Amino acid sequence: MRNYEMIFIVRPDVADDEVQKLITQMESVVASAGGKVEKVEKMGRRRLAYRVHKQREGFYVLFYVQGTGDTVKEFERRLKVTDTVIKHLTVCMDDILQRAEKFKALRAKQEAKRRRSKPAPAPPAAPPVPAENAQV
Amino acid sequence: MPVPREGAPAGERPPRREGPGGGGGGRKQYFRRRKVCKFCTEKIDVIDYKDVRMVGEFIAERGKILPRRLTGTCSTHQRALSEAIKRARNIALLPFAAGA
Repeated sequence: MRNYEMIFIVRPDVADDEVQKLITQMESVVASAGGKVEKVEKMGRRRLAYRVHKQREGFYVLFYVQGTGDTVKEFERRLKVTDTVIKHLTVCMDDILQRAEKFKALRAKQEAKRRRSKPAPAPPAAPPVPAENAQV
Repeated sequence: MPVPREGAPAGERPPRREGPGGGGGGRKQYFRRRKVCKFCTEKIDVIDYKDVRMVGEFIAERGKILPRRLTGTCSTHQRALSEAIKRARNIALLPFAAGA
């Protein structure tokens, strides 16, 4: 099982309840293809950066899915045959999340190192003391 | 310690950090370059292609990816960034070629 982010764009002239219908339909597609929908996010109507199928706007829908390659295959096939969907993209998030994890670990390590060599920041704190003495 | 080079013409360049801490400290003053990679300094682990506002900072007016020498991004993050930009282009969040 892998984590996927699937995003697709629905034509802007499709009614909201029909978009909702499509979303529930796609959820059942994922379920029947052995996947699990983690989260569905409607990113809403946006202006497209370029024209797609003569449309300048589109309704973005984002699926967070856990599944296998077959899940993705079926999901994409369904999107392709759906006329109201003008564009779609699937991203496998595993590598990206793994890398993020690595960065986090690395940073924690560096932080620990910095804390161990903390005596260095102490000297700058010293000067104010003589200054106070001078005032007194 | 800063020894003036013989061949260097005087006054061509402003003297480097000789003012306050020059004398007694004994600690070497390094000329430290500012760390400018946005993703390193702000600790952004995942460069999200859906975040147009962030990724869009790194494209030029015509939609090209800005080079590292202009943005200061580190090589690791530049690679991840270019990936993100290309994904964003694919799903029409960013243009392939803008303003044509």
